[in-house]
Amino acid sequence: MTPTLFLLALFDGIAYAALVFIVALGLTLIFGVMRILNIAHGSLYAIGAYATVSLSGWALAMGLAPILAFPLMLVSAVLVGLLLGGPIEWLLLRRIYDKPEVLQLLVTFAVFMILEDVQRLVWGTRPYFEATALQALGNVTVLGVTYTVYQLILLPAVAAALLLGMRFFLRHTIIGKLILATTEDREAAQSIGIDADKVFLFTFIVGAALAGLGGALASPTTSILPGMGADMIVLSFAVVATAGLGQIEGAALCALMIGLGRSFAVYVWPEAATLVPYAIMVAVLSVRPQGLFGSSSARKI
Amino acid sequence: MKTWLLTALCAAMPLTAAAADKPASLKVGMTTFLTGPASVFGVPAKNAAEILVETINAQGGIGGVPVEVSFIDEGAGAETLTSEYRRLAESGGADVMFAAISSGNCQTLAPLAEDLKVINFMWDCGTQKIFEEHSYKYVFRTQANATPEMLAAVIYLLKTHPDFKTIAVVNQDYAWGRDSWDIFRTALMAMKPDVKVVGEFFPKFGSPDFSTEISRLQALRPDVILSTNWGGDLDTFVQQAAQRGLMNSSTFVLPLAESSLERLGSSLPSGHIVGARGDHYFRHPERRDDDAFKDFMARYEEKTGEISVYPVFHTAQAFAALQAVYEKAIAANGGDWPDEDQVLAAMAGLEFQGLGRPVTIREDHQGIEAQLMATSVQTGDHPFATLENIMIFDGADITAPVGEVSVDWIGGLDASFLDQVGVATYAD
Amino acid sequence: MTHATEPDKSRQGRPAGGPSMAGTVLPLAGLALLALVPLGAPGMQLLVNLALAKGLAVAGVSVLLRAGQVSFGHALYFAVAAYAGAFLMTALPGADLALVLLAGLLGAVVAGVCVGLFVVRYRGIFFGMLNLAFSMIFWSFLEKFYHITGGADGIRLPRPAVLGMDLDRASFELVLFYLTLTLVLGLGWATIRWLASPAGQIFQTLKTNETRLEYLGVSPRRALLWGYLVSAALCGIGGALMGVTQGVVTPEYAWWIRSGEMVFIAVLGGAGSVRGAFVGALIYELVRTYASAYAGDVWQMLLGGFLLVIILFAPRGVIGMIETLAHRGEARK
Repeated sequence: MTPTLFLLALFDGIAYAALVFIVALGLTLIFGVMRILNIAHGSLYAIGAYATVSLSGWALAMGLAPILAFPLMLVSAVLVGLLLGGPIEWLLLRRIYDKPEVLQLLVTFAVFMILEDVQRLVWGTRPYFEATALQALGNVTVLGVTYTVYQLILLPAVAAALLLGMRFFLRHTIIGKLILATTEDREAAQSIGIDADKVFLFTFIVGAALAGLGGALASPTTSILPGMGADMIVLSFAVVATAGLGQIEGAALCALMIGLGRSFAVYVWPEAATLVPYAIMVAVLSVRPQGLFGSSSARKI
Repeated sequence: MKTWLLTALCAAMPLTAAAADKPASLKVGMTTFLTGPASVFGVPAKNAAEILVETINAQGGIGGVPVEVSFIDEGAGAETLTSEYRRLAESGGADVMFAAISSGNCQTLAPLAEDLKVINFMWDCGTQKIFEEHSYKYVFRTQANATPEMLAAVIYLLKTHPDFKTIAVVNQDYAWGRDSWDIFRTALMAMKPDVKVVGEFFPKFGSPDFSTEISRLQALRPDVILSTNWGGDLDTFVQQAAQRGLMNSSTFVLPLAESSLERLGSSLPSGHIVGARGDHYFRHPERRDDDAFKDFMARYEEKTGEISVYPVFHTAQAFAALQAVYEKAIAANGGDWPDEDQVLAAMAGLEFQGLGRPVTIREDHQGIEAQLMATSVQTGDHPFATLENIMIFDGADITAPVGEVSVDWIGGLDASFLDQVGVATYAD
Repeated sequence: MTHATEPDKSRQGRPAGGPSMAGTVLPLAGLALLALVPLGAPGMQLLVNLALAKGLAVAGVSVLLRAGQVSFGHALYFAVAAYAGAFLMTALPGADLALVLLAGLLGAVVAGVCVGLFVVRYRGIFFGMLNLAFSMIFWSFLEKFYHITGGADGIRLPRPAVLGMDLDRASFELVLFYLTLTLVLGLGWATIRWLASPAGQIFQTLKTNETRLEYLGVSPRRALLWGYLVSAALCGIGGALMGVTQGVVTPEYAWWIRSGEMVFIAVLGGAGSVRGAFVGALIYELVRTYASAYAGDVWQMLLGGFLLVIILFAPRGVIGMIETLAHRGEARK
């Protein structure tokens, strides 16, 4: 492998990892705080993508500037968080926090099944492709290979900003500290007057919005079609579990590992590319079942 | 639902009818994808089936008997598919089954149809293995298989780009992606042995991202890139390749791109090779002035807001075969309604015409269907690429002869084969 | 002595002396009713057969639930067994049905030992995730090594012989139906007995108090491994039966949604109840088939809604409702 090919594989790996991380971030945040592995996260990702396509399609039809596609991504993400994340937590999850883990998992599984059909009823089965945002940024050529600015620069930048922003938010803002306190010890937090219900609701909305944002950011690069959520959820599970559930920095690193592993495999041994995420996951989990950065007893975020 | 039960009850009552009397309706059970990624084919097929049944019944049905169609979702999982198939074939009283889109489902359902003794038209699946590995009494195919589809692509490529040196492939990692590349590569190596395969990529089915493959291809710079992807995977691959300029440096061969033309819009530039799994094109050069064709295209567009794609044509062929075989069997039976054996007898050598050229059923039950290949062109007449330099190949010349295994037969071909295949060429 | 050996009254629902309504009479009556299906409702025969085969696999998942462990990867054993059967039929065309089932069982148990030795070290969500990872590895393997496994289209599992006889489909399916029914009765009974045995009670203590096991000098890992093997074996037989019934095995057998479906059915029927596994599987398949036949493309939504209702309003599952009704009936007597 020449240095050029090495660099190319590196670029592709990072761009891919960025997207996976954004989705995994919401999943790991929800798990870290609420101890719920949200299978419906995949559906929220897909709906974020569909919503972006619909909104930017509508904006284009109204003759608005293509650059408006970017704020519309944020709008879709917030909508997913508020209109779906909120009710899911408020109406369903809130009623089962005292139930066994398996029931909590199954509630999100049921929501996943319902949302899969909702997507099809709302948007049909036809694949959508809406690349306005990506085209607005143009291309760059590196080492004779053309990349889109969107994938090479914007996605990694957004991922890095989210990572740093989330760290700052949790450690240096009041709400973040409330969340951390509730995570450490829910009863103690309640006894000093923290409204744990509100914290959970807020966390779930943020997590859902991150899933939606992942979908929104993915939408200009890929076909939006039924079933896209089911694939993404397995991949982000792999990232989150490998990192250790609830580990935000760890998720970033594992997304990079999986992204780079996959892109190098395409160069070196394409046949193995699809096995990479699961192989990494099993290799890590069989040595450290709590994940690379997780600790099996205390939960930490 | 209620009428269905009622008719099922009536059909079950032996007193009401002697065997050869006309039934109240001719029941068809059709498996198609209503959910999952392959619903990009399944839903158009269902829409087409509804229009076709309406048309047939408006003209008085088949031999005076109205056609009734019910659908089974191939996306609901294998257990549901097989149990529903059986329910329709046995207690549901279906006379003819149309199954399936997925090759895997065809392989499951063909032996089942044989055991249930129900006539089954394989209306869309691609695998060539079914009749090459087994012979069936009740199973027929109203369309071509992967062999002529891939051969047509190779021949068109060699006729239009005789001098290319290198090729890479990006196919979906499942049976169709692998098998189609097997056939394509064998044919290419037989007819043009000096071509070099510089890259073989099999990203997983439903892959949301081909960036790495595209970077790799940009570094490899092959003359030709083959992809038998379909649906969302094809759209994603072509869009990402177009975004990054790969389509300007290599010629793409996309044997299933006819079904994505409208969705790809302006992303599919001029000059790439497009196939249609048969002679299927909403502006079919030999059929577009035909009234029935024009009427159907207009009705389909009115109903769905989209242009017709190949699964629509395959559905039309299955219904045309149904109509033709019953009419033939009725005629052979002196105008009376035929029993199942008479219908089976009429299948031999049956010729029928859907929305393309006529199709014939060969002695091994394989359909012989012409193949259309063409080059994409952005004319500005439509908001998407249309086709030019269209070639329609005679199906009989490019289908593996009865009793031959496709890959062996193709391996024995050579460059002279190119000139032996019957072809009609149209500018657009 | 300890909690570990006390019969768990609340779950067994068996008053001393005499069989209870919910525990014995109803299941036997249900099985007798099912045995009439091929005569009374031949259209339902295949559906019931598939549901019961799946029910065996779900019973495997239920066994683990008794120890408080959820596996999100038990489709692995389902698929391993089905593929073992299919490979056997390819290698030895015309092999006997018993041999196919044995091959499936053996495959599942061997896989269960290999994976089990790893996963029994973990509990809770880690246990579930690790199982998921192994099943997804196997799934990718099936998809990837297409020259061996047939890729996404899977491989045919031709009809095996029965006691040396080649049967046509109708008689074969009849044999298979009654065989499945017998296996459900036999294995279901054996599993319930095992759970009630000292070994089974120790296994279930994992859910409530693992430390106590260690004080008793029992290795929790070994106890979990035994339970894991029982569950893998049940899944394996279910998978082999499913493969034989379908005549084809595909990688979808190992896909994570299928694992999720098994947990889904286990909870639907009554989490941890062996009888509930079969009741759940029957209800699930009926709802799914009729929903997809008559409600077209919203069957997933209906199933999801159904599950939500069960979890929120009847967390003990269908079997829990039946037991409550039966107890009420007995109390009235």
